[in-house]
Amino acid sequence: MLSFTKIKVISIYLILICAIFFASLNLKNNNLIEKKVNLGLDLQGGSYILLEIDTKPLVSQKIQAKVIPIKKLLNDNKISFRDFLISQEDISLSISKKQQNKFKNLFFKRQDNLANNFISEYNKFELDLEFDQNKAFIKFSNFGLISLNNSALGQSIEIIRRRIDDVGTKDPTILQRGDKRILVELPGIDNPERIKELLGKTAQLTFRLVSKDDAFGSEKLILTDSNEELTVNKRVVVSGDNLVDAQPQFDNQSNQPIVLFTLDRLGAQKFGKITSENVGRRLAIVLDNTVISAPQIREAITGGTGTISGGFSFQESTDLALLLRSGALPAPINIIEERTVGPDLGKDSIEAGVFSLIIGFILVIIFMFIKYKIFGLVSNISLIANLLMMVGILTLLEATLTLPGIAGIILTVGMAVDSNVLIYERIKEELRTEKSIIHAFDTGYNKAKITVIDANVTTLIAAVILFVFGSGPVKGFAVTLGIGIVTTLFSAYFIARHLTSVIVLNDKKGKYFKL
Amino acid sequence: MNNKINFSKYFKITNIFSLLAVVVSILFLFFKGLNYGVDFKGGTLLEIRIENKNIQIQEIRSSLSIPTLGDVNVKQFGKEGDFLIKFEKNANEDDKFIKDLKNTVSKKIGSAVNFRRVETVGPKVSRELLIQGLTAIALALSAMLFYIWIRFEWQFSLGSIIALIHDVVITLGIFSILSFEVNLSIVAAVLTIVGYSMNDTVVIFDRIRENLLKYSKIKTNEIADISVNETLSRTVITSLTTLLALFSIFILGGEILKGFSFAMILGVVIGTYSSIFVASPVLNYFKVTQKTLLKDDI
Repeated sequence: MLSFTKIKVISIYLILICAIFFASLNLKNNNLIEKKVNLGLDLQGGSYILLEIDTKPLVSQKIQAKVIPIKKLLNDNKISFRDFLISQEDISLSISKKQQNKFKNLFFKRQDNLANNFISEYNKFELDLEFDQNKAFIKFSNFGLISLNNSALGQSIEIIRRRIDDVGTKDPTILQRGDKRILVELPGIDNPERIKELLGKTAQLTFRLVSKDDAFGSEKLILTDSNEELTVNKRVVVSGDNLVDAQPQFDNQSNQPIVLFTLDRLGAQKFGKITSENVGRRLAIVLDNTVISAPQIREAITGGTGTISGGFSFQESTDLALLLRSGALPAPINIIEERTVGPDLGKDSIEAGVFSLIIGFILVIIFMFIKYKIFGLVSNISLIANLLMMVGILTLLEATLTLPGIAGIILTVGMAVDSNVLIYERIKEELRTEKSIIHAFDTGYNKAKITVIDANVTTLIAAVILFVFGSGPVKGFAVTLGIGIVTTLFSAYFIARHLTSVIVLNDKKGKYFKL
Repeated sequence: MNNKINFSKYFKITNIFSLLAVVVSILFLFFKGLNYGVDFKGGTLLEIRIENKNIQIQEIRSSLSIPTLGDVNVKQFGKEGDFLIKFEKNANEDDKFIKDLKNTVSKKIGSAVNFRRVETVGPKVSRELLIQGLTAIALALSAMLFYIWIRFEWQFSLGSIIALIHDVVITLGIFSILSFEVNLSIVAAVLTIVGYSMNDTVVIFDRIRENLLKYSKIKTNEIADISVNETLSRTVITSLTTLLALFSIFILGGEILKGFSFAMILGVVIGTYSSIFVASPVLNYFKVTQKTLLKDDI
């Protein structure tokens, strides 16, 4: 076991050189390959935001939207019904038992069914129908809810991406997490308040006429500027869906910041019709259930462009334009977790982490040298190789280094010598009974092998579990701990063993053997 | 090193001591509980640096005791002027919560405040994180149990698991007694302790197995003695180098890693102790002999 073939020695050091090459990519001014260790948010500073969509309002909104097609289905087929009630989650109605079967067949028709969509992806209908005596209950099926949820989530991610891109942060990460959550990572941002405000807003824009009296089909909304209460018609003239562009601008006369919007063709037609029919009335511009302004219609607006002025600051008009451009979120979004680290704390953490790594490293090296002399030196060389290989692999994988990750490296330094200690202690024991030095080394390495592997597999198990269950910084710890085990085994069993063999084979007199 | 320490002589005393420590830890965990951080309890954490170093912690505490803020916990964090403030409330319901909170804190303290770190965790997420953490620890323990069972015999596997549970319970017990904060990094530390302690135990078990096969007439306790002695210098040296690295993190690695490295230091010490004084005697209680090994090997 002490003899190494030339090809083996060459491959061992070739691997080491490769690792050192990759590690060196992290040095400044390297233009060779675009690879380096990424710093986690806790080290470079930045914001981690976990969002959750709330689909409840969406469900009740979608149930509302089913009312007309269901009533149409009933009326078209002459099914008589009474007590038509809409709640947040379901619709209930009374149908005589005789007609229930007919209704059921129509309700679950696969083609051209406006009342109940067939989701081919799941091979199920979006709505469920249940009968209880004369009563019929209609609500979303589980698959309907899933499909609703998934499309809302997908849309939300798209819109959030647009909003964040528009703000112009560098390297944002936007990922789906589970079936209701979106993870947003914003490196280098130390005050995410503005972005959070942009993310949290549904930004549902509608143009609606202001009613003179409390007519049916209207609601009372607050005008943000003056806290005036307005009675606004529920009927939407034009919504944000018809918007193709929005830009912040300054008003020519008042020099106030305003938002200039452009509607698509359909929107422009509707807008032109309504404004020409209602000259003199007020048009409320409603954003998420508050009226941002309610100007009087002075003349028909047919060009498909208009302006919104609401006493904004320039920042507010910029943000409003951005929100309108990106579109409305299909469902409200809540921030359920946020972690922000300022850049100076990140810098402090790197400094403290690297400093403690260097000190820990020096302490271990001194200890090993005092304890094992020349073999301590071998162990130390393999420890340095180990560190370089760790950094090399982290670079190769473009892994993310976090503060606990640095702790993982330091811990590896402390534990890596274990393999060498195990081997050396074993060799010492063998030397007591074995005359041949070469033989003692050979059996020492062999006997310690199983123990070394067993001992490292247990730590590897812990690292893998941490990687699977851990989040963010803790994952970084699992990564370095796991990579550390692999490099430790490599450096102990190839590099240290080769160096040891060179010493043993060249030392015929056995002057180094007082381990 | 020809040290021959009669460890088995102390097994009885140390086992009683360990049992007591575990019972006390469980009682503390049960009645006093753990001081969970925002990760597991939900809430908001601010790490701030105040320019005016003369401001005392009491002033911050009293200036922030406003009913609308709920429960507030302030503590010195590292350097002078650095504080960690924990609030019961989180930003779950209110997008502007953090913004308002920062404004309130800046205004109340009345000096330039640098917000170095902001963490807010909603109740749903904190519950999930706690369950995740507990699952991870339970899974790690079962994975170890399984690995040792495959590599050794079931008696060894049980012995090592008893030692691991011993380590985890006492480490958490000490955290409960000292009211030290338990957060995500402590879970990471506990899992690493599990790995480390297992590592230590495996080395001794490996030797016990080897020696059981070598000597057929020696009693199990004596075999354990011989094996622990044979591996003792390795056990001590590895614990020492690991502790050197850990103390380096504890002292120099900054405030954020303090709890983590403290838990690890506790774990390494307890884990080393348990591999010698808990895992090894268990083999004797299960009457592991050469026969057990030979029979099971077939």
